[in-house]
Order: sequence, then structure tokens, then C-alpha cells
Amino acid sequence: MAGEGEKKPVLEMVQADGADEGCVTFVLHDEDHTLGNSLRYLIMKNGDVDFCGYTITHPSESKINFRIQTRGGVAATEPLRRGLNELSDVCQHVLNTFQARVNEFKERQEQPME
Amino acid sequence: MAAITKNVEEIRNRVILGEFGVKNVHTTDYPGNYPGYDDTWDLEKFQKNFRIDVVNLDESSMEFDMVGIDAAIANAFRRILLAEVPTMAIEKVFIYNNTSIVQDEVLAHRLGLIPIKADPRLFEYRNTVSGDETVEEEGSEIDTIQLQLKIKCSRNPRASKDSSDPRELYLNHMVYSKDIKWVPIGNQADVFVDSGIGPVHDDILVAQLRPGQELDITMHCVKGIGKDHAKFSPVATASYRLLPEITLLEPVEGEMAERLKRCFSRGVIELEDVNGTKVAKVVNSRPDTCSREVLRHDDLKNVVKLGRVRDHFIFTVESTGILPPDVLVTEAVKVLMTKCQRFLGELDSSEME
Repeated sequence: MAGEGEKKPVLEMVQADGADEGCVTFVLHDEDHTLGNSLRYLIMKNGDVDFCGYTITHPSESKINFRIQTRGGVAATEPLRRGLNELSDVCQHVLNTFQARVNEFKERQEQPME
Repeated sequence: MAAITKNVEEIRNRVILGEFGVKNVHTTDYPGNYPGYDDTWDLEKFQKNFRIDVVNLDESSMEFDMVGIDAAIANAFRRILLAEVPTMAIEKVFIYNNTSIVQDEVLAHRLGLIPIKADPRLFEYRNTVSGDETVEEEGSEIDTIQLQLKIKCSRNPRASKDSSDPRELYLNHMVYSKDIKWVPIGNQADVFVDSGIGPVHDDILVAQLRPGQELDITMHCVKGIGKDHAKFSPVATASYRLLPEITLLEPVEGEMAERLKRCFSRGVIELEDVNGTKVAKVVNSRPDTCSREVLRHDDLKNVVKLGRVRDHFIFTVESTGILPPDVLVTEAVKVLMTKCQRFLGELDSSEME
């Protein structure tokens, strides 16, 4: 049990006995398909990754087990970090594009009024 | 070889609507799956192909096309819109008096579902007392909006004697959301002087009263997300569909063309007059509902190909009126970025140890 004042964990790493650092299950707390599936997609796009998948442990638990297995001795944290950065970049690009298009649309709507 | 290439392209880029099922549903463009394709992630390639077109935007709803993105990420935006963009909603109801026939708990639930017009970005989440999640700290001006509903029903002294219409007989017998009044805490009266906090809609019926019955209620609104309770969800609906694609494999003429036209939504297929015969032509496949009605006609099912463009999402977002729909979408994208940053920060700090 978590003690008084102890912070709830956000990210945990679970490794099987004798497994190298390329085979890791990350436990992402307070996450679901929203981050799980989009992150899995981007990590599977990484050529160094042999396997990437996730499960929701139980419907009443708000955490996911996120498994990464790499090729060629790459540490599993590397594709995870890269995937998170790539997803962040994708979001930034979507955000910029969306705002630009919405502003264009609003300007176009105002013009006929003049 | 050319036929195989064409088939691979179809598997990669189209979802096929067949007579007995939907084919090629899953994303398959991962590295190593297709010889000759480089499917590793490339941000520049993504930026080149990605496109958004706003089709329609007003204060309560919007439609836009998001093209060139995978379903995993588009679905993340949709899920965040439904469940993770915060809003303010009534969370605590203090009932000092309720003599109406609506039970306290039912009334409290009804009040909770009323959308409250207040910009959630200007408020904080309410803190829980450290160590114990069940005990909450007292609310303050940065995390709580106080509302009051105080109303009493009485007989209308000016009603005619033989009237039987409750609208004429009684005063205040219908309690509407407009009767809920905002009670500013601390400096809120100065900070939110322009925005005017209160229910989004004035005409939501909360309860009905009869003479002598009254309600005396104080409410606290807090910031929350739809994952915790649907009342915090900022959207009425947020959904996407894939762009339909209808291809005629051979010319369809005459009576068959008429029938083909009727199999699809209005405006999808039009008839052209070519030398006196009517020839069917796909004009605009976008409004089609993809009902697959055409596949029930034995003579027509082999002349059309029904598909959907895998990476063309037609988003529809309907706001509850608390925030405009375009703001909701930008907030949703920011929420996903925050999630990434949260785990990146956690990765960095765990490696320091």
C-alpha cells in the first residue's frame, strides 16, 4: 500500500528475470486506448522495434501494460521516448494546421458581410 | 506484377465494403510488411500529406476533414473530446429546503447535468487533501463557482376564478435553469465581469412546483473531465466517418441506372443523357451513408465497388455551448500533447535516479 504522502506512480518498468533491457513492459497509470493505441501505432512505425502492443489490465483498473521488444540490443526506453516525441510533434503539427484553417475559414466568412 | 501493385495499394489505402463484411479494416503499413515500401515514421512526409479542411463552423457545431493521419491518432482526438477535455459542472448540491415532489437526489442529479457557461481554462482542479482522496479541501475562488436556486411557488392573485390553466393560476410553478443565479466568490465578480457565469441555456426545466412548495439550494461547480462523469463532457457528440468512395466498374444504363441511383443517398449518383439513353455517373460520393443497399441487387452488385478512404476522416463536433467547437478541438490536441510530455518527464526523471 502507498504510504501517507507518497506520490502515486505514473510510469513503472517491469522486466522478466534474465531479460535484457530491450524487452520491457511499461505500466502507464491513468491511461487507456487514447494514448495506448496512438503511441503503439507510432512505435510500431519504428524500424528498431520487433514488437509493440498494449493491454488494459482490467476494466476497473485505470492503467495499461505497454510492451516493447526491440531488435539489435536497443534499450526499450529509446523507442518509447522517440514515440512520445513523435506523437507530440504530430499533435503540434495538427494544432498549427487546424488553427490556420479555422482562422482562414473565419476570415472567409466575414468577407461577404462587408 | 502491375495487378499485384494495384491490389497492395488498395489494401493499404482503402477499406472495402463487401456483401458479407468489411475488408481491410486494420492499418497494415508498418515497416517490413510490404516489400518495396518504406513505412518507417517520417515527420516530413506526414507534414507534406496532412491536410485539414474546415467545411462548416458555427457557435455550436463544426465539420472538418482531417486527411493523411492514422485512425489511431484521429480516434485519440475523438476520445479526448468526449472524455478528457475539462469543463465546469455542478458537483456539490446543498439542499436547505426542498418541499417539491422531486426527491433531493433526483433534483441534485438533474442540476448536475445542466451545462454551465464558464471558461474551464480559467479555473483549477479542486485539490484533494494530501494522502486521502476522499477528503476534499474547501473550495476557493480559483476552483469553485457558487450558484444559488431559491424559488417559491404561490397562487396568482390576478388569475380568473374559473381558470384551470396552471400557467395562469400559479406563479413560479415551473423552475427553469434561468432561475439559477451566480454568487461570485472572492474576486470573481471583477474577473468574470464580462463573461457572465450561469447556465448555457435559460429554458431547461428543472422541477415543477405547486403553491406553498419551495426550493432553497446552493450549488458548487468544479472543474472535471468526462471520464469521471458524463456531465463534464464538453460535447453533445464528437464523431468521425471515413470518406466513402464509389466506383462504377462498367457503364450502367437505362432502368438499371435508375435503380442504381436509388440505392445511394441523394446527390451521390446522377443520370446523364448520352444519345438518348440514361447513363449513371458518380457525382459526389461524400454524402453517401454507405448503406450497401446496392449489394442486395444481384445485377448491380458486381458493377460497383464500395470503399472508404482509410486516412480521410470527416469529423463532426457538436458543442454543448460551453466552449466553441473549434476551441474544443484545439484543447483536445493540447491534452494529447500534455499526456506525451507527462511520460517524457517521467522517463527523464526515472533515468536520473
